[in-house]
Amino acid sequence: MSAVVFARHAMTPAERLRDAGWVAFVGLILGIPLVGLTTVDVGGRLGVETRFGLLAAAVAAVFAGRLLLRWAIDQARNRKQDRDRASTATAADRAHGAQRVVNVLGWVALGASIALPIVFSDNRYVVDTATTVLIYVMLGWGLNVVVGLAGLLDLGYVAFYAVGAYSYALLSTQFGWSFWEALPVSGAMAATFGILLGYPILRLRGDYLAIVTLGFGEIVRIILVNWTEFSNGPNGISSIPRPSFFGLDFSRSAPEGGQTFAGFFGLEFSPMHRLIFLYYLILVLALLTHAFVSRLRKLPVGRAWEALREDEIACQAMGMNTTNIKLSAFAIGAMLGGFAGVFFAARQGFISPESFTFTESAIILAIVVLGGMGSQMGVVLAATLLVLIPEFGRNFAEYRMLLFGLAMVLIMVWRPGGLLSHREPTVRLNALGKASATKEAA
Amino acid sequence: MAYALQQLINGLTLGAMYGLIAIGYTMVYGIIGMINFAHGDIFMVSAFIAVTAFTILAAADVTSIPLALTFVLIVSIFFTSAYGWAVERTAYRPLRGSTRLAPLISAIGVSIFLQNSVQLTQGARVKPIPPVLEGGIVLWDAPGFTVQIGWSQMLIIVTTVILMSAFTWMITQTPFGRQQRACEQDRTMASLLGVNVDRTISYTFMLGAALAAVAGVMVTVYYGVVDFFIGFLAGIKAFTAAVLGGIGSLPGAMLGGLLIGLIESFWAAYLWAEYKDVATFGILCLVLMLRPSGLLGRPEVEKV
Repeated sequence: MSAVVFARHAMTPAERLRDAGWVAFVGLILGIPLVGLTTVDVGGRLGVETRFGLLAAAVAAVFAGRLLLRWAIDQARNRKQDRDRASTATAADRAHGAQRVVNVLGWVALGASIALPIVFSDNRYVVDTATTVLIYVMLGWGLNVVVGLAGLLDLGYVAFYAVGAYSYALLSTQFGWSFWEALPVSGAMAATFGILLGYPILRLRGDYLAIVTLGFGEIVRIILVNWTEFSNGPNGISSIPRPSFFGLDFSRSAPEGGQTFAGFFGLEFSPMHRLIFLYYLILVLALLTHAFVSRLRKLPVGRAWEALREDEIACQAMGMNTTNIKLSAFAIGAMLGGFAGVFFAARQGFISPESFTFTESAIILAIVVLGGMGSQMGVVLAATLLVLIPEFGRNFAEYRMLLFGLAMVLIMVWRPGGLLSHREPTVRLNALGKASATKEAA
Repeated sequence: MAYALQQLINGLTLGAMYGLIAIGYTMVYGIIGMINFAHGDIFMVSAFIAVTAFTILAAADVTSIPLALTFVLIVSIFFTSAYGWAVERTAYRPLRGSTRLAPLISAIGVSIFLQNSVQLTQGARVKPIPPVLEGGIVLWDAPGFTVQIGWSQMLIIVTTVILMSAFTWMITQTPFGRQQRACEQDRTMASLLGVNVDRTISYTFMLGAALAAVAGVMVTVYYGVVDFFIGFLAGIKAFTAAVLGGIGSLPGAMLGGLLIGLIESFWAAYLWAEYKDVATFGILCLVLMLRPSGLLGRPEVEKV
């Protein structure tokens, strides 16, 4: 009754023109108040400025875009029909083939990420950007446990990231804890927050849960801004100690009774050492996360998450304790977010509530969604894209969030599962599935 | 006492606006069971349209306030409903029948998109307009404190009451209202009985957007400043109002809006102003945990 009604047949050119004309007309109506007219400050008062040229260009672009889109959709449909007729491969075979490609890609990406700082050992910018990509990859993998595997939409993930970052910042600046001492404690702290928040609300249905987590994320941020004695308010916490390499500092001159990294290995001091060390640190953390999550997926709890995502009522009927299963996903996701937060604080050396806004949650969510919920490789792809796109042109940066939003809508409409989606269960019961599952695990 | 009375008036004004936005959430939730996360941003767009319209009127030297308000309301309602329609058509309709989370994620995308397109096309700075309605009636000249109800506050409360009555009449008495309620109960059955479900849903979105547009104009008149970020918080608070009143229930949305408005102004006046948003979020969590069906809602039965 409410299924999507796409034209089943390819459109004739006249139909396409009419369709594009109609879309352009809607675009014109929507564009008049926002694109065509704008208010500008003229001597302390607002004045109206018209931009009808821009509006006309925008409407023309919409017209042409719609025309092209329709044409492309028709072409794609025809080609798909031809291919379906020609090939005998089943959907399962094709999915399997795609999975193999993804696996190969994964190894290539791993090799590239290990080699990157060696190749670019004196390019500060590249190593820095790659570190940012890896932070988002790690966050994406953490959130993937909650959203992709357990199917719980968490809009306040950044709260756990903030808990991790502030835990490390406070433990190190107030109590002098080192990075390695604070890392597990901060992760545990974030997980505790996850459990405390999750316990009362996880009985809620999916979309309510999303809004409550959003509220929680905002509460954490508001408290960080306003509780000045605790978090130093909007000014944030600065001079957070950097992690050391087994007790070796990365500074130019050694602290009392210690040694510097460069001095110990007889190298000439270079600020790049620290950056490369940080890069490898987050790479190792991210890979550990990946290994941890892939193992969990094979365990009963991981399978329970996926079952829960597919059908909660069936899970309850099978006698599964849905609250505990959700809680474990929430806590593990929170813990991984906390680890990422610790690393973030250690790398920046400065944190403030500015870094933990809803936008950040939305970006992490966009990474998971765009990558394909539940797909580990998809997260890597999406994180790389989302970090690199704005880096490519500074003019582009202000369109970044606009494109995020647009991409979220388009990908949901086009492929509700995400770019590299496979909602295949990780573990299958039949022999073929078993063989492929073990191969994937290798 | 006088101070409390003033807070009551402020709270009612605020609550009326939240209520108007909350109706959009509650209707959409009632009919297709999704949280229209972008509704707050539709409201924000309407406030920008109102600012532009007021500025045009000021440039054209229109001084009659009733004329100006009518013009701005009509313009804003027209364009904002177009936005409501377009958002439903492009971002939600293709996802009908999909999983529960897909439309919500799409709605978040729309929300981010609208916020940033307004920021890009209209600028990130706040937009102040000269005061439209100044002054008011002094209700009580207590020693040391004057209780006053502003013309703009009166306008907001009166408009909301009129709109609510009209709306209740429309939903309960007109053919459209009947179709809308039919779709709410059972979309398949409604379509079998000849109700155009897609069109009813489109109209619902447009109506929700129209009410948000009224709220947008009122906010512009009341506060006199608008920026691209107002939609986020207003949306969350209105959603809280809808949940508090019982999502899916029209009187519930209004009641919830009033309660949220009152709680917010009293909290800000007597407790900690900087934590007033925490109060709203806290209420949202509490209501969802203790009474998920809200004050006036009926409990939802999940069917297999």
